[in-house]
Order: sequence, then C-alpha cells, then structure tokens
Amino acid sequence: MAEIVDRPLLGRIGSFFADPRVRGIAIQFALLAGVISLGWLFYANARQNLAVQNTATGFGFFWETAGFGLSQSLIPYVESASYGRAFLVGLLNTLLVSALGIIFATIIGFAVGIARLSSNVLLARLAGAYVEALRNLPVLFQILFWYLAVLGAMPSASASKPFLGAIYFTNRGVLLPQFTFEPGGATVFGALAAAILLSVTLGIRAGRRRARTGIRMPWRRYAVLLIFGLPAVAFIATGSPVSLELPELRGFNFVGGTRVTPEFLALLFALSTYTAAFIAEIVRAGFLAVPRGQTEAAVSLGLRRRATLRLVVTPQAMRLIVPPLTSQYLNLTKNSSLAAAIGYPDFFYVFAGTTLNQTGQAIEIIAVTMAVYLTISLLTAAFMNWYNRAVALKGS
Amino acid sequence: MKRVMFALIAAAGLTAVSPANAAVLDQVKSKGFVQCGVTQGLPGFSNPDDKGNWTGLDVDFCRAIAAAIFDDATKVRYTPLTAKDRFTALQSGEIDVLSRITTWTLSRDSSLGLNFAGVTYYDGQGFLIRKDKKVSSALELSGASVCTQTGTTTELNVADFFRARNMKYEVVAFTTADETIKAYEAGRCDVFTSDVSQLYAMRLKLANTADHVVLPEIISKEPLGPVVRHGDDQWFDIVKWVLFAMLNAEELNVTQKNLDEQLKSPNPEIKRLLGAEGNFGEQLGLTRDWVVRIMKQVGNYGESFDRNVGAGSRLGIERGLNRLWNKGGIQYAPPVR
Repeated sequence: MAEIVDRPLLGRIGSFFADPRVRGIAIQFALLAGVISLGWLFYANARQNLAVQNTATGFGFFWETAGFGLSQSLIPYVESASYGRAFLVGLLNTLLVSALGIIFATIIGFAVGIARLSSNVLLARLAGAYVEALRNLPVLFQILFWYLAVLGAMPSASASKPFLGAIYFTNRGVLLPQFTFEPGGATVFGALAAAILLSVTLGIRAGRRRARTGIRMPWRRYAVLLIFGLPAVAFIATGSPVSLELPELRGFNFVGGTRVTPEFLALLFALSTYTAAFIAEIVRAGFLAVPRGQTEAAVSLGLRRRATLRLVVTPQAMRLIVPPLTSQYLNLTKNSSLAAAIGYPDFFYVFAGTTLNQTGQAIEIIAVTMAVYLTISLLTAAFMNWYNRAVALKGS
Repeated sequence: MKRVMFALIAAAGLTAVSPANAAVLDQVKSKGFVQCGVTQGLPGFSNPDDKGNWTGLDVDFCRAIAAAIFDDATKVRYTPLTAKDRFTALQSGEIDVLSRITTWTLSRDSSLGLNFAGVTYYDGQGFLIRKDKKVSSALELSGASVCTQTGTTTELNVADFFRARNMKYEVVAFTTADETIKAYEAGRCDVFTSDVSQLYAMRLKLANTADHVVLPEIISKEPLGPVVRHGDDQWFDIVKWVLFAMLNAEELNVTQKNLDEQLKSPNPEIKRLLGAEGNFGEQLGLTRDWVVRIMKQVGNYGESFDRNVGAGSRLGIERGLNRLWNKGGIQYAPPVR
C-alpha cells in the first residue's frame, strides 16, 4: 500500500493550499480583512479631518433646542423643542404620507389594472393611457405639477366659499370641521367602540351559524342599528358633549377646524397616482398569468363572472402580484423624501435638511437617516413577506 | 483572482489618509484658480448672466482674492450652492472660500469648524408683503403664513420673533430661494421673509415689483461675510486682509480711476497700502503689489458696493450701516502696517 512519502515542509504547505476548500476560505478571509481595513481607513480619515477642523461630533445635538418651526406635525411641537422631537415629527410625517400613499396607490392601481383588462375598449384604452403617461414622467415633476395645479386651482383664503357649509378649499389647505370634546365625550366613543365590537361578534356568530345549519340571519341590519344607535343614545344621555368646531376666517388665516396642507395633498396625490401606474401593470400581469383553463373550469361549474373572479382567479393572481408589490411600496416610501421640493416637512427634509444645516454634523445625520429609511423599508418588506407566506398555497 | 487583488490594492491606495493640513494657498496656486462657493442666483450678490458670467458683491470678493494671488481676477471657478449644502461643501474641501451671503453666528464659527473672515455686508432680516394686504408693520402679522428658506438663520429668527410676541404663524419652508419666492407669488403665504438685501433682490424677480413692499421692521442682526475652514491660519489671514484692503482703499480714497496718481502719492498710509513701502504682501504669502492687483481688477469696497447693490445697480440699496466708520456707518478695517 502506498504510504505518504515524507515530503519537505514547503511541499506539504503547497498541497495544503492545493485543496480548493482551503483556498476558498483563505480568499474569503483575505477579502473580509480587506473590507474591514477599508472601512477602518475611511473612519480614521474622517475622524482625523474632523479633529483638525474642530467640528463638533457625537449625537449630543439631539437634546439641543431646534429653534425652527414646522408647518405640519402629528404630535405637539414648538420651536423650543429639541432636535430629537423634530426628528420624531419628521418621521411621523413620512410614515403618514407613506401609509396613506400605499393605501391609495393600491386602490387606484388595482382599479386601473383591472380596467385595462376590461372588454370595454374605451375603458381599456383610457387605463392604458394613464399607465403610459404616469410611468414615463419623472416623479419630482409630477409632485411639482400637483403642487402648482393644486395651489393654482384653489382660491385664496378670503375668496373661498364653503362647501357643504363647513369645508373650505383654499390655497392654504383644505379646512375641515373638527370634533371638540367636553368631559363625557369619552362615553360616546366608548359606546361607538362597543357597538363596533358587538357588530363584529354578531357577524362572526351569524357566519358560523349559517355554515353549520344553513339558517341565515340578517345581521347586517342589526349591526347598522347598533353602530348608529348606541352612540346616539350615549350622546343624548350625557348631554351632547361632542360638538363640531367650524373653521372661520379671521384676519390672515382660518381659526378652528383642522387644516390639511396643500403640500401634504400634492405629495399624496402625486405619489399615489405615480405608484398606482406601476401597480396597475403588476396587477394586469398577475391576472394575465392565471391560466385560461381556470376560468373555463369555473364557468363550466356554473359560476357567474363575478364569482369566478372572486373565488377562482383573484386568489391565484394575488400570489403573483404580492412580491413585486413590495418593491413598489418601498419605492413609494423612498420617493416621499422628495417632499423637500414642495416644503412638506417629511423626515428627510426636517432631519437631513434643516437639522443638518443648523448643526453641521453631516456624517452622523446622514448615517442616522440611512438607518431610519433602511429600517422602514425592511419592516415593510418583512410584513409583506409574512402576508405572502400567509396566502401561499399550503404545502407549496 | 489577480483582478481581485489588484482592485484591493488600488482601493487601499486611494483611501490613504490624505494630509488634511496641506496649505490651502499652495493648493490654490498649484490648481491655478480659486474655487468659490456662491448662491444659485441672487441679483446683486452672485448672479450668472445669460452667458454664464458671474457678477455681484460676493463674486467681486472672490475675484479680489484671485487678483491678489494670480494678478488675474478671472482665475475663479464658481460653485452654486443651496443654503443646505453650503457648509458641507466648505467643510469637505470642495470649495476654498464660501462667499455666499452667510450670516456670522457663534455655532457656525465653532461647532461647524469654520472661520468668518469679516463682514462684507451688515444686513438684517425683514418681511416682504403685498401692498394690498394693507399691513404697515410686522407687529400686525399675527396668524400669517410666512415663506422662508430652510436651513438658514432666517427660519430661526422668524420663529423667535413670533414666539416672543405670542403671535401665531405658519411657516412654509423651501429648499431654494426661487421656490420660496414662487410660493409667495402664488399666494401660498402672505409674507416672504429673508435678509433685507435679499428681499430687494428677490423683489426684482417678481412679476409686478411695485405691488410688494418691505415692512420697516428689522428683526435681527445679519452680518454677512466670507467663510473659510478651520485649520489654515495663512489662508484665513489672506481672505481677511483682502477685505480689509478693499475697505482701507476706500477710506484712503484710492479708486480704480485714480490708481495711477495714487501710486505716486507721498501719503505714507497709501504707500504702505499699495506696496511702495514695506513688505506687507509678502508677509501674507502674496506679492508686494497685492493691493494694486486688487484695485486694478476689482476696485475698492465702495466701488464694488455701488456697482452691484448700490446706486449704480438695479437694487438701489442705501449704504446705510455699510458706510465707513468715519462716514456714519460701521465698516472698519484695521490698518495695514
């Protein structure tokens, strides 16, 4: 039997590295070391340059007074609040416009996508024109268009007439009446919440009963009665503590009521319609990808068109639609950072714009901004992936 | 394999820690021009014409620096910057000097790592409003919507003004001055606020200049001046003394027109200024005739002011605080000696 000959050391090292596995690991190790040393070089370079210039470093600025005002915030904000609070305001504004944008974009996108598949030629062509127009124009341009169109179309505050007596459309925003509460108002809301809960339970029980015994109960009627009736009873019983505050013009602007700024509306419309064009194409692809045989089989079973769509085609199409939909949602969230162009105080504008300029700490702020957008995107993607798995074919 | 190793070595070489302490003057001389940060277009201060030539008070200052170093005021390259990225451009070394109507404040002087080389224009913040709103004072602005530029002292000052007087207001802030003025014109806000010099300049961009009026209140101090980075004292001195030279020239009545006569003047102050006596230019790292170069190509402070923002320009702003100290204003330059 051949024995391994006693070779010199160099020979043995050579044959050690001749092993492809060993070589692979060695190269990866060297690459990792290279990347780490590169990162460390960047960091050391930045640190040395900052030290020479005596620029402030660190994250202490989060507790400093901001000093600037913001035209829109979901949480109370005053100029004497800290940069940390401004950070939160910007973040909430971005999340608000992204969430609403995603909802509207999905609704519009599905509608347009299905319209494009319609047998009505005019409808299909119109939907096609919508998709082509909005997909091919830059989104910043569309945002500016909506802002100038929205602004340009609305009358000035002093010249606007109320719609339905209480809603004003002005170029400073849309003014809506607002609920004001006195003590006791909580009871009305409690009654409303209870009514909703009862209706949902009723619906579930009625559905189960029907599945078991076939007996139908007109539960929806009872639900409507509950939802309108219970709060009304509570309202009267506690002496009508909830009232409507109407906006009225005083001096330069309106006081009272809530105001939706034109910046917010323009950004919302622009992002929704733009992303809807892409979603429409994804939806259309999803529906076209369901084999014709499915529709034919459903029809041969006696299902009408509506039922076919609802029970057979759509569930299968959804599995093809959801993964690319995630990308579009992430695009919408990131495109919301263009709000700076029209002055909507979103996260990028407030934090990586104003705060960066006032404190001058570019490196820390940009790093935090990247981390925040990454987190939002990863969370959205994770949720969509969970949903995708939940509706996937069991066992596939 | 070889390509990977080569790429790694090249990348490592590129990130070699560059000496951040390389003298800016040497870099500028070897480059052959001064990189100057300016606005994106503000009449009177830094504005490109339709052929791409820049003019303005801040532009003249950069040209004066180039004249002092190269004897050629055209050896300047201009980087238009928004209020948001002007400091990052200076901190990172992208520009050599920032001459962009920047207000001198404590935090900018210290924690941003910058040095202000003097004040080219003493300004203050004011409000621009339509005449037909029938408002004659800033104290009547409670409840108004105010358009401003983001990332500026303007934003902070307007917040202070309304807060201190317990007046309600709505701030609408945009990234660039052009967007802000467009929103004001469209009626999105009642008032446009900025430094008074900018109000006069931006008013020229509006459709009906005469329909808008600047309210009389000045709500803040805005000393505008050129800025350089921390870490290079020689460059700081040069930029400082170019401004002081222009002020001293006006004080001693040395102008572009009478330069040739003044070169023969027996006045010892003028002799020192123009380099006939002493070696002050060389002490800065420039040449002996550094002020003569500035005067030939740019002129003194008064001439530059007049030509760009004063009586000889479209803005027509009064000298006001920017007069010399012995003429009723507060422009004061230390002596060249």
